[in-house]
Amino acid sequence: MRLWAIQRVTAAVLALAVAAHLATILYAVRGGLSAAEILGRTRGAEGWLLFYAVFALAAGLHGAVGLRNVAAEWLGWRGLRWDATWLAIGALTAALGIRAAWGLYHA
Amino acid sequence: MKVRIQRDGGMAEYAVAARASQTVLDVVTEIQREQAPDLAYRFACRVGMCGSCAMEVNGVARWTCRTHVSRVVGADGVLELRPLANLPVIRDLVTDMAPFFEKWSRAGGQFVPKDGVVPAEFAVVPPASPQRREADAGIECIGCGVCYASCDIVSWNADYLGPAAMNRAWTLVNDERDGARAGRLRAVAGDAGCHSCHSTQGCTERCPKGLDPSGAIAGLKRTIFWGLA
Amino acid sequence: MRDRRHPAYWGFVLHRASGVALALFLPLHFWALGQAIHGAAALDGFLRLVDHPLFTLAEWGLVVLLALHLAGGLRVMALEFLGWRHRQKDLVAASAGFAFGIGMMFLLHVG
Ligand code: SF4
Ligand code: SF4
Ligand code: FES
Repeated sequence: MRLWAIQRVTAAVLALAVAAHLATILYAVRGGLSAAEILGRTRGAEGWLLFYAVFALAAGLHGAVGLRNVAAEWLGWRGLRWDATWLAIGALTAALGIRAAWGLYHA
Repeated sequence: MKVRIQRDGGMAEYAVAARASQTVLDVVTEIQREQAPDLAYRFACRVGMCGSCAMEVNGVARWTCRTHVSRVVGADGVLELRPLANLPVIRDLVTDMAPFFEKWSRAGGQFVPKDGVVPAEFAVVPPASPQRREADAGIECIGCGVCYASCDIVSWNADYLGPAAMNRAWTLVNDERDGARAGRLRAVAGDAGCHSCHSTQGCTERCPKGLDPSGAIAGLKRTIFWGLA
Repeated sequence: MRDRRHPAYWGFVLHRASGVALALFLPLHFWALGQAIHGAAALDGFLRLVDHPLFTLAEWGLVVLLALHLAGGLRVMALEFLGWRHRQKDLVAASAGFAFGIGMMFLLHVG
């Protein structure tokens, strides 16, 4: 139940974030990707840092809870211990993402 | 017309004459009367009220007494009949419905009057109230198990309550005379309940009564979610 | 074999397949972007490494999957929170169309 709530709340956040992300991608890939161009956008920009940090947190959790459901249904991986494992994986993924966001801000 | 029926020990094949306005149940009855007296199947009302005649017809769960052969027979002229999926088979086309109904009670399918007593007077529930409409939408269930047999989650999780039981729970959640709302919402929450439903709408697509268990389950999710907030 | 021949079920299958793929890709994506922490040169080195038609194709696939999962997710949320029960068939088709559109735009822009 609580995992379901996490899934829907992160989904709502992601709906907005992914839409923005897709727009950014479509804009950014014109003429190819370059570090200078990406960093030019993100370096020192608190707005982007915040956006990517929230985005990464929601995406990490959403992905892990989603995989948990698939694994429970198709592989029979059920129980509190698996739930905790998946949440840890989600948190770890999110941390990795936030680290990357920090890198883009700080580089 | 060729009819293949899953029987104990494999698929049996029968030939039955095609007739006008013939239902799938007519075909099974004809086979049982004239070719295979030991064929086990179930029916009672033959008019779509009792919910006992459901089977898998060419891979889709259907009420057979109201299903015309002409609408479902394969292009190759074959009718393939199997017992309802997701339920233990007793013999031939007869399944054990006990797990299905046991889950109704686990989902809090019984009406519990407020304060434990049925009031002497009839309760007046305005027919146009939103709650009454939600309850009305789900109340015509005949317990046929078609939705239950069409749901993947039931196959993937033996504890999953299934669409019909939760459809019933949703009508009671919307029944303003009912006093067991909180416990019922608890019973239908979690992995065995509404939170495992993926809204694939197999149940809604196949319910012969045109009910919408998938929508009812969405209602349960909504109610529990906002109750939490 | 359960009965799966209806549009909302295909919607579910697409949603699950794209979701699993995206979830598995996510850590990889974060790791790659994490190169930025070692400075612009490291990030550029990585970007040059993946500047290959094959990777572009993979990126295109990811963008389409993301668009698909977004649109499919909005459909489920509309069903569950707003109680949109009808016209789900059209919504499944609309999600697929949306993903296709985004995919085309990506191809046009990347060229
Ligand atoms: S909508 Fe939910 S209950 Fe109905 S068939 Fe799909 S998963 Fe099962
Ligand atoms: S909800 Fe529909 S399909 Fe399910 S048991 Fe009731 S009548 Fe049958
Ligand atoms: S025999 Fe009663 S519903 Fe079919």
